[in-house]
Amino acid sequence: MSEEKHIDIDYTAKLARINLTDAEKEKLSSQLDSIIGYVEKLEELDTSGVEPTAHPHPVYNVWQEDVVASELSIEEALKNAPAQRDNMIVVPKVVD
Amino acid sequence: MSEELHYKSASELSELLGKKELSAVELMKATIARTKAVEDKVAAFNSYDEADALKQAEASDARRAAGEALGPLDGIPVGIKDNLAVNGQPLTCSSKMLEKFVSPYDATCIEKLKTEGAVLWGRLNLDEFAMGSSTENSAFKTTSNPWNLECIPGGSSGGSAAATAAGQAAMTLGSDTGGSIRQPASHCGVVGVKPTYGRVSRYGLAAFASSLDQIGPVTRNVKDAALLLQAISGHDERDSTSYRISEPNFLASMEKQRGRKWTLGLPKEYFANAASTPAMEPVLKAIEFYRSLGCEVKEVSLPHTDYAVATYYIIATAEASSNLARYDGIRYTHRAEKFDTKDSVDIYCQSRAEGFGEEVKRRVILGTYVLSSGYYDAYYLKAQKVRTLIRQDFEKAFEEVDALLTPTSPTPAFKKGEKSSDPLSMYLSDIYTISANLAGIPGMSLPCGYSDGLPVGLQILGKPFQEDEMLSIANEFEAAHGFKDQHPSL
Repeated sequence: MSEEKHIDIDYTAKLARINLTDAEKEKLSSQLDSIIGYVEKLEELDTSGVEPTAHPHPVYNVWQEDVVASELSIEEALKNAPAQRDNMIVVPKVVD
Repeated sequence: MSEELHYKSASELSELLGKKELSAVELMKATIARTKAVEDKVAAFNSYDEADALKQAEASDARRAAGEALGPLDGIPVGIKDNLAVNGQPLTCSSKMLEKFVSPYDATCIEKLKTEGAVLWGRLNLDEFAMGSSTENSAFKTTSNPWNLECIPGGSSGGSAAATAAGQAAMTLGSDTGGSIRQPASHCGVVGVKPTYGRVSRYGLAAFASSLDQIGPVTRNVKDAALLLQAISGHDERDSTSYRISEPNFLASMEKQRGRKWTLGLPKEYFANAASTPAMEPVLKAIEFYRSLGCEVKEVSLPHTDYAVATYYIIATAEASSNLARYDGIRYTHRAEKFDTKDSVDIYCQSRAEGFGEEVKRRVILGTYVLSSGYYDAYYLKAQKVRTLIRQDFEKAFEEVDALLTPTSPTPAFKKGEKSSDPLSMYLSDIYTISANLAGIPGMSLPCGYSDGLPVGLQILGKPFQEDEMLSIANEFEAAHGFKDQHPSL
């Protein structure tokens, strides 16, 4: 297994939008390095000319009529919101 | 009576209900009593709503009294993995992120069960967001294996398998992304079926890896699995990947194919380490049984087996990082109280830091890494190409054989805590189950014996959309053995 450092944990955690403590960073980056070292075995395989698989049984051109279906009321759709007022989700101010 | 009742199969219970020798309310009361009697030991449930279940049972009895019983599942209590939406019930995914979430709608499989009159019973524990193989990654509790309370029940559908094995529900639903139905079923000595990708609508299943996830039954015998699969199968326009294909009557097809001389394949790569695989002995005996029936058993090769775990952990984590981006702390999840208001994204980062457990963070960050700029081709695209090679391995094997026989898991249930500090060794314990998800084929686990007093599962992998053949093959073994009537002593 490769001992090489693969992952920039600060950068990747930021992309993933997860704050990590220093202890978490240390633990995760060594675990992820060993997992990434393991998955690199795929490099052994020659895949030139092989089509990628996104879905095992691909279904193409799935269309349906664009009709309004009143599946959820505003009240139902918002009932799990952490903060709400006047049928809207309350969020902290981000621009002045 | 009630000792007998809680281990009766759904098909037997259905018959009793039909003859009016049992009422749905009596059955639900017995199920509640059993659940309470053993839940301290098993800890399979995140929550249950007694009053709601009894109300559903009363409605079932009223229908039957009026001569309007809906189907074979009318009045049968079905436990639900806590990642499937049931209108008005909690849906936690065993995560702090969704600790307070209440579903505003029904998953398609739940809607179908309601149409059949099934009584939707409690919410079953899982590894957080279905990420794990032991149910130890739940944010709320660790479920125990009913056969040995010091052992894990398997995962991620550990609550579903444990509750079924402990008689806390007649049958349950689970979900399987890399073995999450089959592996816990094997560890708990019950039947677990992962249908072909596209057979069952994923609408209302909290998504983990969308190109791999399937919902399926966990039951105490093969007939019940066929019944429950029948109830939840079918095309659904709310899941664009659900397949437009007619489903056979699984039960009738299973009966019709009794005595058929199957051609069965043993993937040689799965048996290479047979000597060091503790769960192998009962599996080899099961293979002998099929030979004794006159089935042809032959060796086949799945040459890319060795690359399956690596392929899976790239694709599954990539899809997870994308799917779990919806848990943002803004709209319907846990929101951090304290965050840096000067940084416009810190509310997301802090809410996710507080809401997600360690394994989820590990996988979301890994998935983010393999999709990130500069790495996408080397990891994600490469894995999708290897996925094609793995799929082709199975297509080739199925030109020669009707189904494949393998162990479900390399070991019986392990002790709690044994693997939780080493994620890679936990991932490698999925080695026999993940390929079926990558290839999109159906697979099931069937109890076939014991190793050190713990159940061992035989895995049967079938051709796409031919679950009826896979179930028929399982049915032959089950009918000739007594495992379905053996239960843990709790």
